[in-house]
Amino acid sequence: MTSLAADKPVPRAARFNVGVALMFAVLALVPFAAAFGPESYVLGLVTRVMVFAIAALAVDFLCGFGGLVTFGHAAFVGLGAYTVAIAGAHGVTDMTVTLPLALIVSAAFAYVTGTICLRTNGVYFIMITLAFGQMAYFIAGSLAPYGGDDGITLPTRSTLFGLAVFGNDRALYYATLGFLVASYLLCRAVVYSRFGRVFRGARENPTRMATIGYDVFRYQRVGYVIAGSLGGLAGFLLANAAEFVSPAYMSWQRSGELIIMVLFGGLGTLYGAIVGAASYLLLEEGLAGLTENWKLIFGPLLVIIVLFARGGLVGLAASVRARFSRD
Amino acid sequence: MSFTLLLIQTLNGLQFGVLLFLIAAGLTLVFGVMDFINLAHGVQYMLGAYLAVMFYAWTGSFVLALILALLAALAFGLLLEFTVFRQLYDRDHLEQVIATFGIIIFLNQGVKVVWGAAPLNLPIPDGLAGVVTLMPGLTYPVWRLVIIASGLIVALILYFLVSQTRVGMLVRAGATHARIVSALGVDIRRLFMIVFGFGTMLAAFAGVMIAPILSVEPGMGDSVLILAFVVIVIGGIGSMRGAFIAALLIGLVDTLGRSFMIDILRLVMPPSPARTVGPAIASMLIYVLMALVLYFRPAGLFPAKGRS
Repeated sequence: MTSLAADKPVPRAARFNVGVALMFAVLALVPFAAAFGPESYVLGLVTRVMVFAIAALAVDFLCGFGGLVTFGHAAFVGLGAYTVAIAGAHGVTDMTVTLPLALIVSAAFAYVTGTICLRTNGVYFIMITLAFGQMAYFIAGSLAPYGGDDGITLPTRSTLFGLAVFGNDRALYYATLGFLVASYLLCRAVVYSRFGRVFRGARENPTRMATIGYDVFRYQRVGYVIAGSLGGLAGFLLANAAEFVSPAYMSWQRSGELIIMVLFGGLGTLYGAIVGAASYLLLEEGLAGLTENWKLIFGPLLVIIVLFARGGLVGLAASVRARFSRD
Repeated sequence: MSFTLLLIQTLNGLQFGVLLFLIAAGLTLVFGVMDFINLAHGVQYMLGAYLAVMFYAWTGSFVLALILALLAALAFGLLLEFTVFRQLYDRDHLEQVIATFGIIIFLNQGVKVVWGAAPLNLPIPDGLAGVVTLMPGLTYPVWRLVIIASGLIVALILYFLVSQTRVGMLVRAGATHARIVSALGVDIRRLFMIVFGFGTMLAAFAGVMIAPILSVEPGMGDSVLILAFVVIVIGGIGSMRGAFIAALLIGLVDTLGRSFMIDILRLVMPPSPARTVGPAIASMLIYVLMALVLYFRPAGLFPAKGRS
C-alpha cells in the first residue's frame, strides 16, 4: 500500500500560509454576508460544515500523518453528542461541565479502543475501528431512556454559567469557528512537534522507529486519543447545532463520509480536511437543491475525482499553480 | 428456549451463514488476489435480486430468471471492471474505497429510478414454496433448505476449482505473489477479470436466492457488504476456507444471538433491563467477535500463507 500523502519529511502543504488565513477570514465574514440573505439557513449550513471540518481534521491527523485509516471516527462524534444530550436530559446543560465531559468520554473511548485497535495494521485496522464504531452505534440505538433509535432532542443548547450564550445562531457560529481554528492550530503544532515527527515516522516505517528506540504503539495511542477528543469536540458542537442527537450520527456511512471529505480536500495537509468538508457538504447541498436524483451525479463525481484529481482539491490546485508558474 | 426453536434458529443461522459465504467468497477472492477493496460488491448482490425480479416478470420462470440475472449481472460487473475498476488496481486502498463508494451511491439511486423505491417481491418457485417436516413437530420452509444446499454445493465447487484446477492454482499463487505470477508469464489482467467476473456472479447468485424471502429494495446490499467484510477479516483475507468457516460462524452467532440473548440475559438480570440490553448486545455480538479475533489473531483465523 503506497502512501497517499506527500512522502516528504515535512509536508510543505501543511505549513501555515496566506491561503489558510484567508480561508478563516472568509469564514469569519460569512455571517455579515448572510445577513443579506436567508441568514439562519446559511449560518446553520456553514456551522455544520465547520463542525464536520473539525471531525475531518481529526481523521486527516490520523490517516494523513499517522497512516492510521480509521473507519469508525463517527463514533467519537456520536459520543460527544450523546454526552451533551444525556447530560441535558438530567438537567445539566452548562458547557463548563458538558464540554470537558464530552472530551473525557471520547478520549477514554479512544484510549481503550486504541489499545486494542493498534495491535493490528492496514486493512485489519480499518475493520477493527469499524467494529468499535458499530458497537457504539448499536449501544446508542439501545438507549431507550434517551430515545433509542429515534434519537433525542436537546432541552436547550449548552449554557455558559447559566447564560444562554448559544442562544443566537451567530454566537454558536463564531464559537464553532473559534474551535475550528484552535483545532487546526493544535493539529499543526502537534504534527510539527517532536511527538509529531515520531508519529509521522511510524507511518513511514514503524520497524525503523522501533529500532531507533521509540515505543511506536504508545505514540500512536496518544495520537488516537487526540483524534478521538477532536471527534468528541465536533460531537459537542454538532449536538448544539442540531439540538438533536441520534444513533445515525455514528453509522458507518458517516465514518466513510469523513474519510471522503479528507480525500476530497487532500490527505495529509490538515487544511485540505477543511476544504474537503466544505466542498463535500456544499456540493451535496447544492446538488440536492438541483434535482431529486442528485446521487446519480454525486456518485460518478466521486469516481471521477479519484480517477483524475489525485491529491484531492488541494493537490489539484497545487498542480494547476505549478503549471502556471512554470510558464 | 425450547429444543425445536433452537434447531430452527440454528438452521436459520446456517442459511444466513451460507448467504454470507456466497458474498464473502467473491469479496475475499477479489481482495486477496487483486488487493482491491471493492465496496461495490454489495450492490452486485442487490442488482442480482432486482434483475431476477425483472426477468421473472418477463419470462415467468424462476430458473430462466436466475440464469438471465446471472448473465446480466456478469455483463454489468465486467462493464464496471472495464470502465472503472481497472484504473484502480494500482491505486491506494483509500482511493479504491472512495471510488467504489461513489458507485454504491450511484447504483442505490439508480435502482430507485429504474424500479422505484418501493420494495419488490420475487415469488418462491412452484413446488419449493411449502414446508417440510424434519421431525415430528418441527417444520421448516423448503426454500431455506434449498438456499443452504445450494450454498454448500457452491462451496464444494469453489473448493474443487481453487485447489484442483490450473486457474485455481494461479488464483492461490496470485493471492500471495501477484507480481511473481505475472513475471512467470501469466496474463494477470485476464486472471483478474476471470476472478472478478466469478465473484460478481456469486454475489448476484446470493441476491437471486435470497430475493424470495427478503424484500428487494434499494440499499439492501449495504448492510450485507459490511457483514461480508467482517467475514473475510475474521477468516483471514484471501482465504476461501477462512471465509467459509467465518461466514457460518457469523451467521450462527448473529441469528442465535438475536433469538436467545434476552433469555440468556434474564438468567443474570431482571427481565426489564434484559429486554432493553438484549437486542443491543445481540446486534453487537459479531463486532465483539471480530474485535476479539483480531486482538488475538491480528491477521484473522486462517491467514493466507505468505501474506503479511
